[in-house]
Amino acid sequence: MGRRVGIVGVGQTHHAAHRLDASGMELIAEAVTRAFDDAQITRDEIDAIVIGNMDHFENINYVDMWALEGLGAFMKPVFKVTTGGTTGTTIAACAFYSVASGLFDRVLAVGWEKNSESDTQAAVATCANPVLERDPFAGAIGPLATEYSMYMKAYGATEEDAALVAVRDRNNALNNPYAHNRMKVTVEDVMNSPMLSYPIKFLDMCPRSDGACAVIFASEEYAKKMCPRPAWVHASVVRHDYTHFGDLEWQWMPSLERASAEAYKKAGITNPLKEFDVAELYLPASTTGVKWMDSLWFCERGEAPKLIRKGVFNMDGELPVNPSGGVIATNPIGATGLIRVGEAAWQIMGRARDRQVPNVKKALVTGFGGCSWSDVIILGADLP
Amino acid sequence: MIRKCLSNLNAYEHLDVLRKGVRQLSDWKEEVEEVVFPGKICVPYTWTVGSTLSKWYGLLRDEGQIWANRCPSCGKVYIPPKAKCLECYKDVNDWVRLPGTGTVETFTVVYYEEPSIQPKKPPFAYGIIKMDGADTGLVHLIDEIDPEKVKVGMRVEAVINEERSGNIFDIKYFRPVN
Ligand SMILES: [Zn+2]
Repeated sequence: MGRRVGIVGVGQTHHAAHRLDASGMELIAEAVTRAFDDAQITRDEIDAIVIGNMDHFENINYVDMWALEGLGAFMKPVFKVTTGGTTGTTIAACAFYSVASGLFDRVLAVGWEKNSESDTQAAVATCANPVLERDPFAGAIGPLATEYSMYMKAYGATEEDAALVAVRDRNNALNNPYAHNRMKVTVEDVMNSPMLSYPIKFLDMCPRSDGACAVIFASEEYAKKMCPRPAWVHASVVRHDYTHFGDLEWQWMPSLERASAEAYKKAGITNPLKEFDVAELYLPASTTGVKWMDSLWFCERGEAPKLIRKGVFNMDGELPVNPSGGVIATNPIGATGLIRVGEAAWQIMGRARDRQVPNVKKALVTGFGGCSWSDVIILGADLP
Repeated sequence: MIRKCLSNLNAYEHLDVLRKGVRQLSDWKEEVEEVVFPGKICVPYTWTVGSTLSKWYGLLRDEGQIWANRCPSCGKVYIPPKAKCLECYKDVNDWVRLPGTGTVETFTVVYYEEPSIQPKKPPFAYGIIKMDGADTGLVHLIDEIDPEKVKVGMRVEAVINEERSGNIFDIKYFRPVN
C-alpha cells in the first residue's frame, strides 16, 4: 500500500517560445526557487530529487549532472526519469513512489524543456523505430490527426467540436500569468487558421515552449506540518500501449481507458463527471479534448461531442477542464505533465488565483506520451 | 537440479552436450542474411547561454577581462560563475574581477587524435587552473610550453585572444608565468 503522500509546494517558470534570458539550468532554478517559496522551505529540507525531460531534445545528456546547481541537488540523491510525453507525470509518479515507499520524506520533482534549442519534430521522430517507422512517421501531428479523422467518421464529431475545445483552453490561458500563448480566440479564428494535418489546424495544436516546473511531495507526517491544505495523492497509475504505431487502436485510447479505470477504482470514484471538481488534462491537440473524454469514462463512447457542445468542461460548467489553458497554451514537453500536477495541486490548495475553481476537493490529472501512453493521477483535499 | 545433472558429466561431455544440443551461429547464417540499416541522426541545435554566463562571456569578449561571482551567504567565489550557490542555493549576485593568474591543479597531455572533437592537433596539454581570487578551477589549454614539461603546482596566466567572439576561446590558453 505505501504511506500517504501530499503535495506541499509548486513552482513554475513563465513559459515562452524562446526564453533567451535563461539556460535550461536557469529555467530549472526559476521553477525550483518558486516551489521552495511556495512551500516556504529551503533546499536543506529536500531529501531527494527526481528530474526529467525528453531524450534528444537539447542534445545534452546527464541533466542530473549539469542541472545540479539549479536543482539545489549538491550532495543529494538525484535520479532522472524520461518516458516521452508522459515524462512530467511519470516524474510525479516516481516522486510519489519514493515518498510512499518510506525511503524519503520530502522529494522534489522537476520537469523542464528548452524546446527552442532543437528541431522538435526531428527530435520527436527519434522515438520511432529507425528500421521500420521513422521515415514515414513525420512528427507528432500526423498520428493525432489520424485518430480524430477516425473518430469523426465513426461518431459524427466535427472540426468545430475540436475548435470549441481550442477556444476553451486558449481563453482559459488568459487567466494564467505563466502561460506561453495568451490570446483571445473564437471558433472562427480556429477554423480559419492554417491547416497543419487534416483535420488539425494551427490553433488546434500545442506550441513548443521553454519552461520548467517543480513540485514538492511529502510524507503525511511532514505534509501536515509543511502545508495548511496539502493536495493528497489518491491514485497514480501508468499504462503503456505501443509496439509499433500500426499496432495502436486509433478509434479508442485503450491506455487512457485502462489507466483511468484503475485510478478511479483506487480512489473510489464511481461517477467521474460528478465527483471531480476540476481536471488538468494533457491534451496535445484540441481534437484529443473531444475524443479522449470518452476514454476518461465521462460518457459513452461517441458521446463526447454532445458534452463539449453543452459546455460541460468550460470554467462555468459541471467539470472545468484546464483552467490553466492546458497544453495547447503551454508545452515545455518534459515539464508539461508536471505542470498539470502542479496546477491541479494549486486548485486543491486554493492557490490558483485568477483561474481558481471554487472549493476543489478532487482533481484529475492525465499525462500523454508517445505513442498513446497514459498516466493518470488523482489528487484530493481529504486524506486518501 | 541442473547443477546436479551437469556434475554427473565430466567436463568434456558437458561441452559436447552443449555443442550438439544448441544451434550454433553458423546454422543460422545458412538460413538468414542479416540486414543492417546505416543510420545517422542529424538534428540542428542552438544552446542558450543564460543570464549568468552571458554576462561572463560579455565581460570577456568586450573588456578582455576574467570575472567570477561570489555567494552573498557563504562567500564562495565561483569561476565559471554560478547562478545558484551549490551549498546555500542563494542567488550568486556579487561579481569580482580576477587577475587572470592561477595554479595548475591537475593536467593531462593528449596524444590520440580525434579531430572532430579536439580543439587542436595533439599532442597538447590541458588542465584545471585554480584561479587566484576564486575557490574553483577553470578547465583550459596550457600552451607556450613543451606539454611534457607541464607540472602540477605550476604558476600560469591567461592569454586573452586578440579577436574575441564570446566563447571560452576568448581566453586563448594559459601559459607559464616566470
Ligand atoms: Zn553559498
